Amino acid sequence: MKHPKFNLLTSATIAAAIGFGAASTAYAETELVVVSWGGAYSASQQKAYHEPYMAANPGVKIINDDSASDGLAKLRAMNEAGNVTWALVDMTASNAMLACDEGIALEIDHDTSLAPAPDGTPASKDFGDMIVSPCFIPQIVYSTTFGYRTDLAKVPPTSIADVFDLEKIPGKRSLEKKPINNMEWALLADGVSGDDVYNELSTPEGVDRAFAKLDTIKDQVVWWEVGAQPAQLLSDGEVVIASSYNGRLFSAIEEEKQPIAMMWDWQMLDLDGWVVPKGGPHHDVVMTYLTWATDTQRLADQAKFISYGPARKSSAPMVGKHAELGIDMGPHMPTDPKNAKNTLLTGFEFWADNADDLTERFQAWLSQ
Amino acid sequence: MASDNKHYVQFVKVQKSYDGEILVVKELNLDIERGEFLTMLGPSGSGKTTCLMMLAGFETATHGEIVLDGEPINNVPPHKRNIGMVFQNYALFPHMTVAENLAFPLEVRNMGKPEIEKRVSDVLNLVQLGEFGNRRPAQLSGGQQQRVAVARSLVFEPKLILMDEPLGALDKQLREQMQYEIKHIHDNLGVTSVYVTHDQSEALTMSNRIAVFNDGVIQQLASPEALYEEPDNAFVAQFIGENNTLVGDIKEASNGVCKVEVNGIVIDALPVNIGAVGGKSTLSLRPERVTVAPEPGSCPNIVDANVEELIYLGDHIRTRISVLGHDDFIVKVPNSSSHAQLKPGHPVKVGWHARDCRALDAPAAA
Amino acid sequence: MAQAATAIEQDVMVTVDGTPLKVSLARSLRRNKLKALLLVLPLFLFILVTFFIPIVDMLFRSVENQIVGTVLHRTVPLLAQWDERSGELPDETLFAALAEDFKEATAAKTSGRVGRRLNYEKPGFSGLFRKTGRKVKTIEPPYREAFIKIDKKWGDLDIWRLIKRESAAFTIAYYVSAMDLSYGDSNEIIRKDENNRIYLKLFWRTLWMSLFITFMCLVLAYPISYLLSTLSVATSNLLLILVLLPFWTSLLVRTSAWIALLQQEGIINDLLVWVGVVANDDRLQMIHNRTGTIVAMIHILLPFMVLPLYSVMKTIPPSYLRAARSLGANQFTAFVRVYMPNTVSGIGAGCILVFILAIGYYITPALVGGQSGTLISNFIAHHMSISLNWGLAAALGSILLAVVLVLYFVYDKIVGIDNMKLG
Repeated sequence: MKHPKFNLLTSATIAAAIGFGAASTAYAETELVVVSWGGAYSASQQKAYHEPYMAANPGVKIINDDSASDGLAKLRAMNEAGNVTWALVDMTASNAMLACDEGIALEIDHDTSLAPAPDGTPASKDFGDMIVSPCFIPQIVYSTTFGYRTDLAKVPPTSIADVFDLEKIPGKRSLEKKPINNMEWALLADGVSGDDVYNELSTPEGVDRAFAKLDTIKDQVVWWEVGAQPAQLLSDGEVVIASSYNGRLFSAIEEEKQPIAMMWDWQMLDLDGWVVPKGGPHHDVVMTYLTWATDTQRLADQAKFISYGPARKSSAPMVGKHAELGIDMGPHMPTDPKNAKNTLLTGFEFWADNADDLTERFQAWLSQ
Repeated sequence: MASDNKHYVQFVKVQKSYDGEILVVKELNLDIERGEFLTMLGPSGSGKTTCLMMLAGFETATHGEIVLDGEPINNVPPHKRNIGMVFQNYALFPHMTVAENLAFPLEVRNMGKPEIEKRVSDVLNLVQLGEFGNRRPAQLSGGQQQRVAVARSLVFEPKLILMDEPLGALDKQLREQMQYEIKHIHDNLGVTSVYVTHDQSEALTMSNRIAVFNDGVIQQLASPEALYEEPDNAFVAQFIGENNTLVGDIKEASNGVCKVEVNGIVIDALPVNIGAVGGKSTLSLRPERVTVAPEPGSCPNIVDANVEELIYLGDHIRTRISVLGHDDFIVKVPNSSSHAQLKPGHPVKVGWHARDCRALDAPAAA
Repeated sequence: MAQAATAIEQDVMVTVDGTPLKVSLARSLRRNKLKALLLVLPLFLFILVTFFIPIVDMLFRSVENQIVGTVLHRTVPLLAQWDERSGELPDETLFAALAEDFKEATAAKTSGRVGRRLNYEKPGFSGLFRKTGRKVKTIEPPYREAFIKIDKKWGDLDIWRLIKRESAAFTIAYYVSAMDLSYGDSNEIIRKDENNRIYLKLFWRTLWMSLFITFMCLVLAYPISYLLSTLSVATSNLLLILVLLPFWTSLLVRTSAWIALLQQEGIINDLLVWVGVVANDDRLQMIHNRTGTIVAMIHILLPFMVLPLYSVMKTIPPSYLRAARSLGANQFTAFVRVYMPNTVSGIGAGCILVFILAIGYYITPALVGGQSGTLISNFIAHHMSISLNWGLAAALGSILLAVVLVLYFVYDKIVGIDNMKLG
């Protein structure tokens, strides 16, 4: 060794470099920003998907962003600015359709990108007609249905017609301040059959008919805009009956023990799921996560934390008890046979075409 | 019921307190003659402005009665007193032109339009601002604003005009000029005026009579000459003009002359306001009444002194000497050949007449 | 002669070393100017980026309409030659061009956007374009028949008239819609169907509610400000903190407090029922309507009126009122004729501030407005984040901006902007 000093230094430097390199590999995390609705819903995703996945994959860090309520607008703005930072966005099916139309969400081949059911059924079959848009990966089925005050309602309401019956159920009622669902319920209460609702709504006469039915209760309606409002209005006794997401009502009834009961007649089923933003970061990591987080077991796991039905047919038999309350979740699912006597799946195609026009008319009607 | 001219304005046993503990005006009695120019002079906090505000109606007397032209006005609101007032910062209304400012008191009296116009133009001419009717106050100089303020207080022919340090905001030269103008206006119109100031030269220049205020009490009410020449007490002597004071013990008092021992030397003085023999007295002596190096026997009081400092002031030499244990004794030496012998540190003799040396009340305990 | 020479010298004054005085002065002032410019620059850039550019962008978006012409770039030139009054569908060449455009657009995922854009004008376009996009890959000539087979709407003349109308790079369609107007059968502008008229009503409501809120703020703030300006500094600072308290409280907390107070099962109603003024089953509706919006907004905007009024009133010397009184005016006359005119600058500043804030207010009406208390800003927000109709949102925003500018101009004519004093 002619230059022991030099060699020593060099080897020390190399060793240090390797050491740092190893360290940085060990701690290099791919951060995925996942946008969802916050509150109990994000918590259920955190426990059913994010935490187990991060435990199994130390290289991935999932960050929750609670801006799903204006996710579509923000995603469009990101897309225009050419700087999409979101990895996955939770959206309702109708917004996913919009995002797809706008070209700001990626189209997915459901069979190659997603896991098949345990028995080998391909994903597209397992999800079935819940895949309402090529950009949409369904996650849950939720329903917009009714809750009523057991102590304030004169008699328990049993059908959608009772919601529109001021004599049978006197008092204020709360509906969402948008035409979607309310138009359908108005026609159903007016005697239109479930199969004909959207055909009827597609005609000007049908729209007039729906508004005429809504007219009969208009001055008794408190309109809600934010998901937390109807349960609050019921708890405060401000209204007797209110439309709401079934998960919110579940919390009010089972967790907060409010004197509220469900009225499932003609619950409107809607879907919520993921879209992958076009041009988003870490595409491969995102797809790997997505495949895992939407498999049969994961979707069934989510139902332990919140009373929304898993979107895969194969998950339904695996739904068990609530993780904290220990209640059997089956009877609280919108898809439970007892609750699902009369259901209607929201007409996504219809609303994609008519939401703008009918919202305008609905707002004009409100201000009359 | 009209009063006699001697008692046009009367303060009868007036007292004023703001906090119920301290009297800012202590039992004030004051008569103001019709047509008189009376000045309330005193240091700040002496109660003079409070008296003016009680007269104007912006303060109420805690006790006593104020009478104007034979009528008690304690319960008359300010706008019914018919008293004109000039404020310290003029209080001209900035959103009105000069003419509108002047018309304001006439309009609120529901005077006819032609009459208003005539009076406004008359009063503008009186204060030599005939051309300025359409200007705004902010477009006028300080002196011009002052004249408008005076004109506004006159235009509705008030029974009385009050002026609250109206020249305080002007520079020295303008202030002197305005003093004469206000005095001339008063002389021409003969309107009774009450003027408040802390500036003694202003008071001496303008007033028929001056009420010197201190500590809520009128110390002396007299003409400017009398105040200067014959102050009643040590405060007035000290406050008006320049004054030398010597403090001593009263040894003897008889027949218009008293003897006061100052620092072991007995001085002859004129007894004005003294207590019993054995008490203290303040001797007041104007600097111009002291003679340097008097002929022996030419005056009763001749004492040894020492020159401390000379200040050359053109027409006279202001000389500070130490005498009888007081080293702040001022003498004005006319600028004649006699001053040549004065040199700082040199002894000198000074003398004065007993009639120029007024024996006044004892100094305050402090 | 000597005098003349002096005069010439005076024309061009020079410094000791012979430089013209003006040049020398300009040089010495240049540094100061540069310094001043540098001090202003950050704010100027900030305003440019956060205020001016967004407004220009908004104005641009309210008329921008390039999507149709860009995506259907083969179809649109041919469509220009089509006579919409002929009563006949466009010819086969145009349909062939449309097929090409559609294939390209489907690959680029842009056909949905055209559908969304045209859907604002007429419901159904979204679905039509989605459906066509799915099936166009396998389309075969003759194209006209093939398109009509995909959806019979392609055989509808109205569809083609609309596409032709909206194929230009700029459009007034958003403004037409924002003014409650629409296009008739032959593209003439007519009023919207009565059931769909909404924006004019909202503009009108926004305007009068803002004016009313401004007026109420003035009525409430004037006496408070007067009191504040006459009190000692210590007391007035304490009271000022009470006035400013709303500023330091979260908007949501404040609004929730109003809900707790005003709702039907709330404190005020409980009190009224207890006193017996209203019956228990006939409680007053004071929130989720116009009353709620007005009450909550007055509360929030009051400080913006108090502060300019207070700062102006503080500068008015008490001697003005005393002078007026001594000149023979009673208290009322003195106040109205002397005091109030001197507060005009504060009134103007406060009113403009409150009005402009009120006219664009969004969160409070959204939370407590119900259906009768929502304002135009809530609809702008709706089109921004829910319907994604940014063109319409921009048009509504631009109209609001124009209304404010017109009112500002009127204010300048009547009161004069120079008279405004913010503090």
